[in-house]
Order: sequence, then structure tokens, then C-alpha cells
Amino acid sequence: MSTPSTSSATTPGTAEPVIEVRDLITHYGDRQILNGITLDIRRGEIMVIMGGSGSGKSTLLRHLLGLEHPTSGCVRILGSNLASLSPDALIDLRKKMGVAFQGGALFSSMTVGDNISLPLREHTKLDQRTIDIMVRLKLEVVSLAGFEDLMPSELSGGMIKRAAFARAIILDPKLLFCDEPSAGLDPVVASAIDDLILKLREALGMSIIVVTHELDSAFKIADRITVLDRGDILMIGTVEEVRNSANERIHNLLNRRFEDEPINPDEYLQRLTGQSA
Amino acid sequence: MSTSDGEPGFIERLGRRTASGVEEFGFGAALLGEASYWIAVGHWRRQPVRLDAVIVQMMEIGIFAIPIVSILSAAIGAMLAIQGIDTLRTFGAESQVVIGIAIGVTREFSPMITGIVVAGRSGSALAARLGTMKINEEIAALTVMGIEPVRFLAAPALLAMVVMLPALTFWSDIVAMLGAGLYVTADLGITMQAFFDQTLAVLDVGDLLHGLAKSLLFAVLVTVVGVLNGASVAGGAEGVGRVTTRAVVHSIAAIVIADMVVAFLLTR
Repeated sequence: MSTPSTSSATTPGTAEPVIEVRDLITHYGDRQILNGITLDIRRGEIMVIMGGSGSGKSTLLRHLLGLEHPTSGCVRILGSNLASLSPDALIDLRKKMGVAFQGGALFSSMTVGDNISLPLREHTKLDQRTIDIMVRLKLEVVSLAGFEDLMPSELSGGMIKRAAFARAIILDPKLLFCDEPSAGLDPVVASAIDDLILKLREALGMSIIVVTHELDSAFKIADRITVLDRGDILMIGTVEEVRNSANERIHNLLNRRFEDEPINPDEYLQRLTGQSA
Repeated sequence: MSTSDGEPGFIERLGRRTASGVEEFGFGAALLGEASYWIAVGHWRRQPVRLDAVIVQMMEIGIFAIPIVSILSAAIGAMLAIQGIDTLRTFGAESQVVIGIAIGVTREFSPMITGIVVAGRSGSALAARLGTMKINEEIAALTVMGIEPVRFLAAPALLAMVVMLPALTFWSDIVAMLGAGLYVTADLGITMQAFFDQTLAVLDVGDLLHGLAKSLLFAVLVTVVGVLNGASVAGGAEGVGRVTTRAVVHSIAAIVIADMVVAFLLTR
């Protein structure tokens, strides 16, 4: 809500948005998940989308990736409206986007190397030698050199995330999406993944969108943070701005305090007795 | 119709079931159309269906199924011979058993048993693989990489299935006849040569094609049911188990019903 008007020193890149979300409203069945989200993500920044479970952050990510159709509103990626793209144009756009899924989503029937080279084999006509070199190059970037012949089941949790990053950046995308990059990892490994995200931005100059509920990780890597709560954006701001926010819900989120709904005695009684009227 | 807001009544449940059944037919048709589209024009749209993926599936669906299909086919051939001779003996017409075996095997038993074996082996495997991939977000990963999941996963399976199921059925025809021949020659005291001469004399190419055409239809049914069930998975590992069972039961039901309908249409 309080979008910073001045671009602070910690926000690199220009103000030109790579992703524009306008009044995005979505439903899951009859339940409304996102209540009109408006959000810009700028070129070259690391935007962390933060919120507790049920805040709608995963849903927002799926919409940014074009995996779901919104009820209303629109998502524009690199200037193209996802809803109005032809299938071919959408495929071309997707070559400019890389995604590291929460569980890695590596194909269990392929080796790590084949996983990483799949986009190259499907979208380019490069010969096998060049592909092998590019795979090794990306494995070096994520510190997994020499692991290309292993199967995903032979990797540890942190290594799977690294391999997923290598696959996500194999086509040198302009946009990198990371879903819960540090979830399920021990603090040391999680911190190494955060360093990897910072390194990728540094080395490859991508715009990176990270969805997470981990505060430490968010504060460490973010240029700006979007705080989601129950389908609404509570605030968009730099790490400092979010930290110093006076908003009570943000404060509770930061202090990991569960927020109780104020109890209405009549409603409460109805819920307990199971009577609807 | 409904007693309260929470619990739908019988009519409403029936309606919803019917609607979702019709919906599934629609999804099936769409899937078949899309997979055929990629097989036909994928190459020109620079999104080809990969031959190596098709070959992997062919091995899995066809070659590795040869032992079990052979055993079952030989057993069914012998079973037909036993029952046929026993029944025809009442009329003293044992020597006519050959025609019953030849027609029964090529038109009905081989396509049906092969279809059921492939549904159990490969339809379930397809549903389980796709279901697991969906749960692990591998399908979403394919989509966001700009790789059509239908082209990448369903089309090779469809292509492999429509080639291998008729091929297996043809193999099953031969083995079942061999199984029947072994019993007939022993019981009626004729030579294997005589048995096969008689078989070829009574057997029409139309009988063979009748069976092979049905196996082609079964191939499509098993693939579509397997893919649809795999793609509809929800609820983790337990969900994968559920859709796998569902895929097998539904494809066997589809095979038997389709067999009956086709038999009616083709023999009228």
C-alpha cells in the first residue's frame, strides 16, 4: 500500500517494471483467494513476496507463472498480458522465465544433467557438446560441479534446490521465480541458498521473485518486500520500511504471533452449536 | 432436493455425478485431440514428439509385456480347446472345434486379454507416473519451461500404445492358437500341421482385422483413461494410489463395454 516513491540506494535497476499485476482477483472454488492485488516488480530487483500460510502467496506465484486463470484483473510479464497471448507467444515468453519450485520438481526419471539440459534440448538446436558445456557451467554456478550423472533421488534436499536453480537459469532467463527456496532446509544450507540467490542476481542481472515465509531469508536477500495477508497486500516496501512498519498485522507477522480474530460471542455460539441462523 | 445447504440430496448428487462423468468424456476427447495434434504437426511447430520417448514407452508397453501376454494367451487357447471339444463331443462334432477357436481367439479373446494385461501393466503405470509428477510439481515445471505436458508426456504414450497393443494382440493370436493346437492335437490325435491348415482354411482376414481394430480402440481407451486419471490426482501419495486403481478399473470397464459395442456393430 505504501509504495516507496523514492528509489533508495538498496534498490538497484531502473523503475521500469518487468511484472505488472493489476487488480488481480482469484477464486478457488467459491472461496476468494486474492482480493485485488496490484503490484509492480522492477527490472533487476529481488522482490520477496512474504506472508503466512493461507495468505495467498503461492496462488499469486501460480498466477505470475500463468498456471492459473484469474477471475478478473491482469498480469503483464515483460510487457505482455498473459491472458491474451497466443500459445506460441506464451512459450516464447516462458523461455525468458526460470522457476525453482519448492520441492525442486526435478524429473525423477532423468539424471541431474538431463534435467538441467532439458530446456536446451527442447528449445534450441545446440549440439550435445555445447549442451554438456552449458550444463557444467550452470552446475559450477550453483556449486554442484560433477553431479550431472546422479539421479535426483541420490541428492540431498539442499542439492536438489541447487539443481533446480541450475535448471531454472539454463536459458539465462530475465526473470527468476523461487518458491520457498529455504523451506525444509537446515539454517546453514538455507543461508547458502540465500547467498546463491544474491550471487545469481549479481552475476546474471536477473529480476528475482522469491515467495517465502522465512523472515531471516526475506530480510537478507530482499530489495523490496511485499507483505501479503489473507489475499490483501499489507504493504510493499524496503526491508527497513517493513521492519519499522507501524501496522499491527505486519508487526504480528514479524514477531511470529498468531493473530486471534476478535471473538463475536453470538457467532461463536452459532459455530459451536452448528446452527446457521 | 436438498434437506439443508450442507448436504446435497440424491437427485443433486446424481446430477453432479452425471455432469462430472460427461465432463470427463469431454476432457478425454480434448486430450486425444491434442495428443494427436502434436503427433501430427508437432514437428513443423518445432515441438516434435520425441522418438526416443516413444521407444522407451514401446519397450515398456509392448516388449516387456510379451512374457505375461504369451502365458495368458496360451492358457486361453488351451482353455477354449478344452471347453470346445467337451461341448462339441455331445454332438460328435469335435473336429469342428477349430473354427470356434480360430474365430473366438482372433475376434475376442486375444484383443480382450491383451487389452486387460496392458491396462493393468501400462495404464496403471501411466496414471501413477503422471500423478506423481503432478504432485511433485513436475508437470507445472514442464509448463513453465514452455514444454507442453501433453506433447511431452501423453503423446509418446499414445503413439507407443496404438502401435504396440495391436502388435501384442497379433502375437497373442499366434500364441493362443499354438496353445489350442497343443491340446487339440493331443486330444483328437491330429497333427499340428493339420490343425494349422484347418485354422487357416476357416480363418478370414476380416476376423483378424476385427480383433486388431478393437485392440487399436483399446489402446486409445487405456491411454486416455490413464492420462486423465493421472492428471486428476489430488491429495498426495494416497491420491496417486487412488487414481492408479481407478485408472485400471475404468480402463478394463471401458475395454469390455467397447468390445461389446464394436462386436455388435461389426457383426450385424
